[in-house]
Amino acid sequence: MADIAFSSTQQSVSDIQSHYMEMVQRRRLYGGLMLLIFVVMMVAGFYTVNERNAGGFWEGLHQIGDYPADVLSEAWENRAEMPALLLKYFPALIETINIAAVSTILGVFGGLYLSLLGTRGLAKWPRLIPLFRRISDIMRAVPEIVIALVLIFVLGGGPVPAMIAIAIHTAGALGKMFSEVAENADLKPVEGLASTGATWSQRMLLGVLPQVAPNYISYSLLRFEINIRASAILGFVGAGGLGYELRNAMAWGPGRFDEAAAIFILLFCTIVFFDQLSSRYRNRLTEGQAQ
Amino acid sequence: MLHIDALTKRFGEKTAVDSANIEVDKPTMIGIIGRSGAGKSTLLRMVNRLSDPTEGSIVFEGENITDLKGAAKRNWQSRCAMIFQQFNLVPRMDVVSNVLHGTLNQRSTFATLFNLYPQSDIHHAIEILDRLGIAEQAPKRAEALSGGQQQRVAIARALMQDPKIILADEPIASLDPMNAQVVMQSLRTIHEEDGRMVIANLHTLDTARRYCDRVIGMRDGRIVFDGTPAQLTTGVARDIYGAGADFSEAATSTEIETLDRSAKQAAEAVA
Repeated sequence: MADIAFSSTQQSVSDIQSHYMEMVQRRRLYGGLMLLIFVVMMVAGFYTVNERNAGGFWEGLHQIGDYPADVLSEAWENRAEMPALLLKYFPALIETINIAAVSTILGVFGGLYLSLLGTRGLAKWPRLIPLFRRISDIMRAVPEIVIALVLIFVLGGGPVPAMIAIAIHTAGALGKMFSEVAENADLKPVEGLASTGATWSQRMLLGVLPQVAPNYISYSLLRFEINIRASAILGFVGAGGLGYELRNAMAWGPGRFDEAAAIFILLFCTIVFFDQLSSRYRNRLTEGQAQ
Repeated sequence: MLHIDALTKRFGEKTAVDSANIEVDKPTMIGIIGRSGAGKSTLLRMVNRLSDPTEGSIVFEGENITDLKGAAKRNWQSRCAMIFQQFNLVPRMDVVSNVLHGTLNQRSTFATLFNLYPQSDIHHAIEILDRLGIAEQAPKRAEALSGGQQQRVAIARALMQDPKIILADEPIASLDPMNAQVVMQSLRTIHEEDGRMVIANLHTLDTARRYCDRVIGMRDGRIVFDGTPAQLTTGVARDIYGAGADFSEAATSTEIETLDRSAKQAAEAVA
């Protein structure tokens, strides 16, 4: 081969081998230390928590299947009534999906504004970028359930507080994701539009949105899935929908476990359905239409 | 050694490889030529079992490769190394680690996660790199190397597998003429010194003619030529490429010498 001759004169193979081995040894040492620290921290943390826990992990472990077994056996005994129960809770399911849909739509608009106002190069008021970024940080830092509890206290129970709570969290979370996409957008069209005397909203609407739309829609669909789960959970604190019914069914204990099972089935099927639907659309958006 | 019998691959309506028959009885350096889309890559990918054939069979030393699954299939892949047009190295890992990836089939996931390759393997990897003339690049990241160097790292990874067959899918299509020559010469040397079978997809005729013992021509998924480089006349080449009378070998060339040759021809024509 052409360049063996001059390559081996610079450094002998055994030199390279020993240098590389030193490097590997060092890497292994670091890797081993990291692993050791990780294991020690995991084990130590586990023991600390286990001591503070009322029941204890090992003592409780064998009972882990008891509750699902109760639910399943009771649901199986009353399986004849299952279709009627599914029908009974279907309106609650629609309520849950509605909460998720409305809050996603509101959150998308909020996130859109927050992202455009908080992205360098696009912001209307560049000096206020940190302000809008902190606003979206705060909006996604506060858990939905906390906002919902406060709002339920103020507005009373029902779907509206849940919707507002999820919308606030969605706006914050999407604001972050959207602005990461917007940062990579090409600024030339924006400059072109500015040269024609377009306003800020026109520049954003016509110059930026067409570039980022596929990513934005894909993130929004993902968020919709997450919000269905979130709105089901918020029902537990009295915000209506499927979660509210589930809490009642579970809290009443034996005797209504068949209802709990029916709600689980509804929730599971819904999440699988929307997961499949949105992943199909997201694939198409990111990879382009399959021919 | 290698019997490929009526091997067919269809993607929906389109037939990428149409009942290919290839018989190889001793380690040979084989060049497969043809236009882009003629099915060359698909054929090699099926031999490596990166993709599954629709019909037909591949038999290597009496073992039916087409039916292998799971661990047996991965074991076959470790015995049948592959080199790609875009090198397909892990860009952020160092050169020696990339070469050591050739031993992955013998190592557990745990061992590879913590970089626990035996010292003998590491030394062997650096010796292979030295054989290919890039030993001093050993600790660098693969992405820091030039295209020609990266392709030699890919060849080193293939050699690390100690394979019976080396499949090279357009190994020089992304390289400049000088590096192309170094890479092709490396493959030829490996074939001659180690006695390994080399099957290379090439899209230039003169490379196939210069480095291979046997040339297979493909057109629209079918094998239309199978013979020695000497049998490969300009007429046959026109057939393979589906080109008209204006086709000349120099037009597809990536060799530096061709420039001189065609310049000389032009000069003679003028004279």
